[in-house]
Amino acid sequence: MSEQYLLEMNEIVKSFPGVKALKGVTLKIRPGEIHGLVGENGAGKSTLMKCLMGIYKPDNGTILFNGKEIKNYSVRDAMNYGIAMIQQELSPVYHRSIMSNIFLGNEPKTNLGFIDWNRMKVESLEWLKKVDVEEDPTREMHELTIAKMRMVEVARALASDAKLLIMDEPTSALTTKEVKQLFTTMRKIKEMGNSIVFITHRLDEIFEVCDQITVFRDGESVGYVKPTEIDQNGLIQLMVGREIKNLYPKTECTKGEVALKVENLSMGHSFKDVSFEVRHGEILGVAGLVGAGRTEVIETIFGLHKKSSGKIFIEGKEVEINSSSDAFDNGMALLTEERRKDGIFPILDIRFNTTVANLKHYIRKSNLINHQAITADTKEYIKKLDVKTPSDKQLIQFLSGGNQQKVLISRLLLTEPKIIFLDEPTRGIDVGAKSEIHRLINDLAHQGISVVMVSSELPEIMGMSDRIMVMHEGKVTGILENKDINQSVIMEYASGIRDDFVPAETERVNA
Amino acid sequence: MNTQAEGMQRFYKTIQKYGIVFVLLFMMIIFMVINPTFISVNNLIKIANQASIYGIMALGVTLIIIARGIDLSMGSQVAFAGLIIASLGQLQTATFKVYPNLPELPVIVPIAVGLLIATLVGATNGFFVAITGIPAFIATLGMTTILRGACLLYTKGQPVTNLVPGIVFFGESLFGIPMPVIVYMLMALLTYILLNHTRFGSDAYAIGGNVQAARVSGINVSLATIKVFAFSGLMCGVAALVFAGRVRSVHPGAATGYELTAIAATTIGGTSQTGGIGTVWGAVVGTLVLSVLRNGLTMVGVDGYWQQIVEGMIIIGAVIIDMRKNAKAN
Repeated sequence: MSEQYLLEMNEIVKSFPGVKALKGVTLKIRPGEIHGLVGENGAGKSTLMKCLMGIYKPDNGTILFNGKEIKNYSVRDAMNYGIAMIQQELSPVYHRSIMSNIFLGNEPKTNLGFIDWNRMKVESLEWLKKVDVEEDPTREMHELTIAKMRMVEVARALASDAKLLIMDEPTSALTTKEVKQLFTTMRKIKEMGNSIVFITHRLDEIFEVCDQITVFRDGESVGYVKPTEIDQNGLIQLMVGREIKNLYPKTECTKGEVALKVENLSMGHSFKDVSFEVRHGEILGVAGLVGAGRTEVIETIFGLHKKSSGKIFIEGKEVEINSSSDAFDNGMALLTEERRKDGIFPILDIRFNTTVANLKHYIRKSNLINHQAITADTKEYIKKLDVKTPSDKQLIQFLSGGNQQKVLISRLLLTEPKIIFLDEPTRGIDVGAKSEIHRLINDLAHQGISVVMVSSELPEIMGMSDRIMVMHEGKVTGILENKDINQSVIMEYASGIRDDFVPAETERVNA
Repeated sequence: MNTQAEGMQRFYKTIQKYGIVFVLLFMMIIFMVINPTFISVNNLIKIANQASIYGIMALGVTLIIIARGIDLSMGSQVAFAGLIIASLGQLQTATFKVYPNLPELPVIVPIAVGLLIATLVGATNGFFVAITGIPAFIATLGMTTILRGACLLYTKGQPVTNLVPGIVFFGESLFGIPMPVIVYMLMALLTYILLNHTRFGSDAYAIGGNVQAARVSGINVSLATIKVFAFSGLMCGVAALVFAGRVRSVHPGAATGYELTAIAATTIGGTSQTGGIGTVWGAVVGTLVLSVLRNGLTMVGVDGYWQQIVEGMIIIGAVIIDMRKNAKAN
């Protein structure tokens, strides 16, 4: 019976003070299978994987690996059994070579006990070939793209003889092309007889690459299905336990005057001659591939980078913005792309995180901070945005991604912005929270705020925007009305095949 | 979860949060049991008095460490500021005068000039860290050497003695309480207010918590960093004043190594070297732990050499406990 599974986790229970994170979860993985794990943040996926890796000890339940029961083991043991985890946040040794990373802690030795660099190089080449990375193994890790680093981590797992690879959101920072490549390699690993646990928030990826899906909800496994037996809506329904009627609740609202106008804005090699305008109450989606310069454009408008030329007008008046504090003073607010890197203050509480950008409004005449007002406003926004937290004093690092994002949005709203920039507002956020954030964005537009939203998810761009600006390699290739438009048209602009703004003097012969 | 377990949970949390206070009380009880005179009012005042100089320095460096910096030049800042204060506040009868023709100035002048210069030196540290981007460790290490050289140059290697009563006053007592203790308490109060109730303190937490996010949130990181270092400089100036008052003279090698005691005190008090975490009361309790330890070990007759070994172990032990606490929180 049990021989047919590589891994069997039965009735796993794990409690933390105050929360029952896992309430008897079952996970069964066959050899040579790509197994998708889906569920909202906080559903228990990571907790279960940490139990599997030996980071947490389950309170109850059994784990069978290769038919044998394993328990009370450490991370080291788990790796020896043949379980390896590739974290969402990569942590390679950046300033060492690829091969040193592949054999980290597992270096081949010569008879004398010295590191056998030659063997290491030869074997590294083999492993790299298996994961389709063509690189010199002596190259330093930091020179690689994120996609390649991820593949090196896979190679490292394979080199340590892992039978089961856990990949936690491996596609989150990759371009579409890199994702395709990753999937090819994943299938190849599957052919080699290894199994992969694939955790992702992008449901289309689940359907593309998985053989089997386990769905989590509130600490329970609520579904064990094949991708052929279910569709995306069915999966979402399983995940959230209710029907999400409208992931993109965009409603029409009246547009006002032009709030922000950007003229021929350039910044170094990042982008050139970007011009656009946004009206009050309008949502402008910014689409493009990773590296097209979208983030740089909004960060430059926001004063985080120095522009090399161009003009910015707010409500018809030209403004000079040299720092984020100038930007706030001019009624702008920015939600940055990487929540962990430059959004949250992880070890500080929600009150601090909510009010940090708006502190000057809490300073009394005596120069002292009005903590009561801070607490009151924080509580108000926790309620308004439905942030799920035990208290306003909770450290933000303990909230789920979606709730962290809500706190960050509260931070922006408190500054009473006229123009709000959102950079990948729903990246890494589960479906339920996603639709809430979309509803919030829609509300902002209805309040007359201009929204500029950068997103790599085309359904989000098309579902939420009034107009769509598409960028390709630092240039705007199109500004489109969001009517009768489809994904492939946007992709043509994003890849530079179409360009509405080819300047006359550089017009090519074939144009 | 039943209520008993929750009660235990709360108990552990309290122990963790105020663990260092329990350590302090525990130490005091042990010393008291072995030698009851330890707990006499006189001895307790003495402990506080001994704690005051590096306690004041610890206040400044707490802010710096919260903003994810470090200041290794504090000892030399104390010496430099102390020399300035002393040189401008010598009695006319002094045998060696730095400024032979200087008339006796109102005591506010040497104090004000000394504090101002100390603040500027701190700001210079902050400038190097914030504007050039070199690590605080390096900037302040360089500053240490520069300042020691400046000290020697300033007095040609001589100690400055024969100070006016207005300076010596800061080493004496007021209503039975030593002035150093009074100054220390006032400075702790000032730091507490700045750290917890002003933009200045809030910015320090923000920079230490996530400097990128701070920048995006409209905080002028460079200016805030300079201010934090300048504040630490000011605290060194105040410590220098107390030093001059207590010792009644300042020499160019004064206060050597004091910065390490101050950093140790801050660390024992739970300020995290990774930034963003730290409290004033922690810095005060940490300072008292070290001071009680030094005094108590002497009172119970522990060899002076052993005292240093114990002190070192306490520092390491405190950080181990602290890191475990923070790890658990994650």
